[in-house]
Amino acid sequence: MTPRRLILASPALLLLPPPQPARASAEAMAAALRAFTGGAAVTHGRVTLDISPLVENGNTVPLSVIMPSPMTQAEHVRAIAIFNERNPQPHVVSARFSPHSGQAMLATNIRLATSQTIVAVAALSDGSFWSDSAQVIVTLAACLEG
Amino acid sequence: MARVLINIPRQIRAGETFAIRTLIQHGMESGYRPDGAGGVLARDIITSFTASFEGEEVFGLELSPAVAANPFITFSMRVQGSGTLRLRWRGDGGFDQSEVRQIIVT
Repeated sequence: MTPRRLILASPALLLLPPPQPARASAEAMAAALRAFTGGAAVTHGRVTLDISPLVENGNTVPLSVIMPSPMTQAEHVRAIAIFNERNPQPHVVSARFSPHSGQAMLATNIRLATSQTIVAVAALSDGSFWSDSAQVIVTLAACLEG
Repeated sequence: MARVLINIPRQIRAGETFAIRTLIQHGMESGYRPDGAGGVLARDIITSFTASFEGEEVFGLELSPAVAANPFITFSMRVQGSGTLRLRWRGDGGFDQSEVRQIIVT
């Protein structure tokens, strides 16, 4: 290529995406979710995921999950897991509950590498799975800057 | 020993559900941050948290690098009488810390 051709071609090079650090993807999240449910069907509803839709600082994002349940030996929430789409790993936290929990509730602070979808999945003692998801926009990302 | 804050309600009634808020001082190094020499800083996080009342597990949590520094964990519990609550955090590099609190039913 002549120098002139190179100059003409350079805008195309600029359009190439910059190299990205390792990220989880929608498929990685789906795989992590399958590992949690064992392939069982997940119904949307009953569990409530509470997270701010617009986050200024991805380093500390308050998140809470609650699922109404009588929490008796016969009928209780066994576990709730939280997954994300675009952090380096799809798994965020997974909680175990018992009838002594009184209610299936969890609150913590998480990190978000970028704007993405968060999914909460609850596992009930009767073997059913319920989920809720939330879209979050992050203006300052976590994890990846030095 | 990492600093720990544990908030338990002052008044607890038998059979009533109440929330316990905990915070532990820990950097939660994710294992993805560059160290300035071309590598990455090794992962150093808390990986598990358990709360047990009178020796029986009430609540357990598995943590990943996606949990923010100084992990803040709120959970709920229900008791029929007074007893001992043991909270335990375990993590990378053999991190293991337990705190014991009395739950007094009024």
